[in-house]
Amino acid sequence: MIGSQPRTAAPAQPRKTPETSPPRRLTGAQICLESLIREGVDTIFGYPGGANLWIYRRLPEYPQLRHVLVRHEQGAAHAADGYARSKRGSVGVCFATSGPGALNLVTGLGTAYADSVPVVAITGQVAVAAIGTDSFQESDVIGSTMSVVKHSYLVTRVEDIAPTIKEAFHVARSGRPGPVVIDFPKDLQAAVSEFNYPEEPVRMRSFPSPPAPDPAKLARIAELIKHAKRPVMLIGRGVLISRAEEEVMELAHRAHIPVGWTLLGTGAFPLQDPLALQMVGFMGAGYTNKAVCDADVLMMVGMRCDDRVTTRLDSFAPRVEHLVHIDIDPAEIGKSVVPHVSVVADARTALRQLLPMVEPKREHEWLTQIDQWKEEHPVRYVAKKGILQPQEVLEEMYARCQDEAIVIADVGNNQIWSALWFNYAKPGLFLNSGGMGTMGYAFPASMGVKLANPDRTVFCVTGDGGFLMNMQEMATMVENQIDVKVLILNNSSLGMVRQFQDDFYDGVQSAVQLTCTPDFAKLGEAFGMKAMRTSRREDVGPMLDEALAHRGPVLMAFDIDPVANVYPIVPLGKGMLDFVEAG
Amino acid sequence: MNPSRVLSILVENRPGVLNRVASMIRRRGFNIDSLSVGPTEDESVSRMTITVHVGRQQAEQATKQLAKLIDVISIDDITGLRNVAHELLLIRMNAPLGQRTELLQVVNVFLGRIVDIASSSMIIEVTGTTEKIDNFVELMRPFGIKEVARSGAVALVRGDQARLSLLDLNGDAEAADRPGLVRVGGGADHTGDI
Repeated sequence: MIGSQPRTAAPAQPRKTPETSPPRRLTGAQICLESLIREGVDTIFGYPGGANLWIYRRLPEYPQLRHVLVRHEQGAAHAADGYARSKRGSVGVCFATSGPGALNLVTGLGTAYADSVPVVAITGQVAVAAIGTDSFQESDVIGSTMSVVKHSYLVTRVEDIAPTIKEAFHVARSGRPGPVVIDFPKDLQAAVSEFNYPEEPVRMRSFPSPPAPDPAKLARIAELIKHAKRPVMLIGRGVLISRAEEEVMELAHRAHIPVGWTLLGTGAFPLQDPLALQMVGFMGAGYTNKAVCDADVLMMVGMRCDDRVTTRLDSFAPRVEHLVHIDIDPAEIGKSVVPHVSVVADARTALRQLLPMVEPKREHEWLTQIDQWKEEHPVRYVAKKGILQPQEVLEEMYARCQDEAIVIADVGNNQIWSALWFNYAKPGLFLNSGGMGTMGYAFPASMGVKLANPDRTVFCVTGDGGFLMNMQEMATMVENQIDVKVLILNNSSLGMVRQFQDDFYDGVQSAVQLTCTPDFAKLGEAFGMKAMRTSRREDVGPMLDEALAHRGPVLMAFDIDPVANVYPIVPLGKGMLDFVEAG
Repeated sequence: MNPSRVLSILVENRPGVLNRVASMIRRRGFNIDSLSVGPTEDESVSRMTITVHVGRQQAEQATKQLAKLIDVISIDDITGLRNVAHELLLIRMNAPLGQRTELLQVVNVFLGRIVDIASSSMIIEVTGTTEKIDNFVELMRPFGIKEVARSGAVALVRGDQARLSLLDLNGDAEAADRPGLVRVGGGADHTGDI
């Protein structure tokens, strides 16, 4: 059942307990669930097991908490990620038991960590007295997850549960968001304590609020923009997290600055805008790379500038005279390139304060140059008669439900095609695992996306390899009738790896052919999904229409050109301008 | 070889903090020369003093990554500031009666103390800078060292200021006066990795 219950409480101001009667005595499990409700949680993805059964014992007492039983804990972590990513301001929640259950979350937590997604994972743990004795299904959850979480807590006293949950949500959603683990021993789930949810806001001396932007630096940036001859702005996921899309748009148009984006920044700036560049970097558009390499003032906003953006580091932005970097995480400033001016702040706050300082600027020759590069280096593909190209499928998909649907792509060639062909004007409608690059992410995550956005169409684009990694979640999807339209771009191989082997590893194909590819239509039907399959161009549109007309999850398998490649691409070890184009 | 840098870190006195700090340093590929942890005047706060062998840029990255850890309250790179950075040495020396006088002369020069004495050996305690301890150990070598235990440096900044300000999040990592683009690291080639 897909509910659309409103969130029960605003996260910043928890409601007061309705009655003023003396505090209730509750079990740790009840305290945990009540605390989640106070934090505005309405959906939990989880899997029960020996060490969290007291939580599941109490769960039916809270019908306002919708629990979605996944079929593998990795799916729970990804679904919680998809929920939080697609409903900005919310925190995704997942449950797992101790030992293997908790360890199965690790990839999902790492995925959320790499992309700064607020997720709270509550793991069952063996009883306090048994910790450290190698008891049944015991694992060191804190140790195992340490490098892929923003923070973690081991609860050791029942009185600590409520304050720990409150602090965990605060840490997950504040500053640069990220996943937080709460390891919750099973004896404490059954122990009884008074329930007092802390009313006052969390204050942590070791986790201060992000600093306010320095006005002097903003003034300097405004000055640099004023004198820039060849300005370029690059934006990342930080712009989406802080909802700074309008500010980016206003700044771009006021000073006529072309805007490019990272993979995770896709969907923060409309491709149709005359100032829009495209994705930058390793598989970015040629004209974006050209613009970055010719820029005199380069502004990076809400992004890390990782190796996928820079390609070979010494080829990145060689003509830049003034590099400006705005990011909320000071550790990202100067990590790969050292800016001339840096502002550590929330992107929206910084841009809002910057805007009044920026003088309107007339259009300049630079934009004419960029338009010329756009004509010379279009992002394109070559159609082949009788062989379905993935971009043909995506063009049909993007032509439907424009600005209404949310598109979530998996990892590999399907991801890059989906990003480069994405063309919605409204922000925040494209999601993917950009940082960790977790194959198998999109399908379980799409369940979270749909449950967080019941009124939107959700398209999940995946390859056959990635789909097989978490296909068990078909059961979850059907059981809960989570209405996702799944598009499998099936090339019966690991397309991106195969492309790399062909082009950069001496053409030796090794372990990339998935010769046993299931008939996805039959597979979907076996789980009770509406499922279809085609290899013909003319079937694509009607199949999508049929899928959209159907209420409930649909699996569509498109047997595409097995040698379809991603273009443009910067070959191994080459620089930004060495991109190879289609054709 | 990069010079040693001394990081002085105040952390929440909670289980697992040492693990978080050490894990972060390992994950980011920084080598620790020494690390010491102990209580402070405030029982909810511990001080870690970490000596690392890294360049300035790398130290800055280490500092910022450590500052991000939720349990880290403040972190200061006190290298180059006027500071006292001392470590403690306990050294068990081969000390038969015949060479004790000579040994004690060196110990006195270094203001060391004899903290244990047995029929043919003694334990000497010396405190001071790493350099002083290194020198002392070298001078002891001819007498016959049996065992060495060193604490790693603990450090405080000199002067009236009891505690340094928090990391200046807004002032770091800028190349305002440097022309062109400064890139960090050797331009490692990651392209083409999946």
